[in-house]
Amino acid sequence: MFDFTKVTNWIDALLLSFLPGWAATLVECVLVALVIITLYAVFAIILIYMERKICAFFQCRLGPNRVGKWGSIQVLADVLKMLTKEIIDMKNVDRLLHKMAPFLVIVASMLTFACLPWNKGAGVIDFNIGIFFFLAAGSIGVVGILLAGWSSNNKYALIGAMRSGAQIISYEVSIGLVMLTMIVLTGTMSFSEICQQQADLGWNIFRGHIPAALAFIVYLIAGNAECNRGPFDMPEAESELTAGYHVEYSGMHFGFYYLAEYLNLFICAGIASTIFLGGWAPLHIWGLDGFNHVMDYIPGAVWMVGKTFFVVFLLMWIRWTFPRLRIDQLLALEWKYLMPLSLVLLVVMALCVSLGLTF
Amino acid sequence: MSNNNYFSGIFFGVKSLLTGLGVTMKEFFTRKITEQYPENRKELKMFDRFRGRLVMPHNDKNEHKCIGCGLCQMACPNGSIKVTTESVELPDGKKKRQLVKYEYDLGCCMFCELCITACPQGAIEFCTDFENAVFDRTKLVQQLNLPGSHVAEKPVAPKPAAPAAEKPATEKPAAPAAEAPANTNPEKPAAV
Repeated sequence: MFDFTKVTNWIDALLLSFLPGWAATLVECVLVALVIITLYAVFAIILIYMERKICAFFQCRLGPNRVGKWGSIQVLADVLKMLTKEIIDMKNVDRLLHKMAPFLVIVASMLTFACLPWNKGAGVIDFNIGIFFFLAAGSIGVVGILLAGWSSNNKYALIGAMRSGAQIISYEVSIGLVMLTMIVLTGTMSFSEICQQQADLGWNIFRGHIPAALAFIVYLIAGNAECNRGPFDMPEAESELTAGYHVEYSGMHFGFYYLAEYLNLFICAGIASTIFLGGWAPLHIWGLDGFNHVMDYIPGAVWMVGKTFFVVFLLMWIRWTFPRLRIDQLLALEWKYLMPLSLVLLVVMALCVSLGLTF
Repeated sequence: MSNNNYFSGIFFGVKSLLTGLGVTMKEFFTRKITEQYPENRKELKMFDRFRGRLVMPHNDKNEHKCIGCGLCQMACPNGSIKVTTESVELPDGKKKRQLVKYEYDLGCCMFCELCITACPQGAIEFCTDFENAVFDRTKLVQQLNLPGSHVAEKPVAPKPAAPAAEKPATEKPAAPAAEAPANTNPEKPAAV
């Protein structure tokens, strides 16, 4: 596999040749931030287009097809509209919190976005407690949502925020337990090591067989709930709450929530593909050396993005199939079904690993 | 509380969820039903029951079936139909009502089809023509009977004619001679 550290080391050496150490680090930080923000925007546009098309196809429609070939510039037009819209200042809102909330959401989303390992040696935030950091940073988002609901001075927004808070905090239990299950299998929390291990030994979903496959399903359900997407989208159930916690936001402040929703979907899928489907590790089948050799030629970033979009498709399929749950049904699903299941999975996985039943 | 319920509930739930996923996945690959209107104008075919605007069909002899009874005008809730008739004297001295002008205001019509159900002759119907936009409201008032047209002459009165027209379908071998004149009427096939 191509090792991206060659590129980063070359840039580092180039900058150090004419800059002092601190300035080189600063320039690198800015460069990385620019790359992340650009990727963030590009993936948001791709995802919104994909969502609209896939939603349309599931509903036997064609979807956007007027602006550009197959409606491909539609999302760009929407982004321009969003950027030029006025941000309305509400009366009787908590100004500071109201303005701060979207930034908390987008910061949490970008921090977790930076955790994804794009290629061998191309992870931005990568250290030995990577998964732990991911869970911690992802939880900042719920603060932004709760603040948005509270500061808006609006009943719909408050109810939406409370629902969202209850939902995200509940489903984080499952996500944490499922991730623990996979950490038991991998023995490390660092994203780069998890991927390297899967490149050497095979994807985790095959290595951990039954418990890993079940954990994958639990992760997909809980991750979908974590992103506030249907069938778990009651925080913004438009038929009951108009738009939920972001009802009082307009212009780009609303845009941040919109962006964060889609990018959280991408991040959720990206982490699923990292932990279960091998991240940038190519598909290897035991005994087929020629096939494995061909697979090695496909760059790691293509594998990573391809797997992520596959999982995104699964999540969209779920979203456009099932009707919205009620809040009590949603909490019952988590506390009565998913959490016990993930506890059992954790124990089973621990047994499998200690008895050497994994590959 | 029985544990049996809990687990059977899970299996039932998973099964029904998978059914739903299967349905949407099938839908994902079916041909899309979206009509791309201005582009498909040539091959676009509206379904038969579409109510575009009211028309009065005329046969090739410029004859319609309207006897000017005015039932449609009375049935119309919006007053969008105006039937003008005149009385003419037949050669045998009887007086007969005749249609002069059948005015229909598309702008008032709510496409309820009450006029068509009220018509005893089947003289009016909705066509599937939907490109009805005009620049002037007065153009929406249309005269449905063509200039110079007159009501189709019938050898028998319309009331007995209707069952007579249906009979051949049910008892064809029974009375072929009696039904023959009714069938030769050029206006008849349209009425059936």
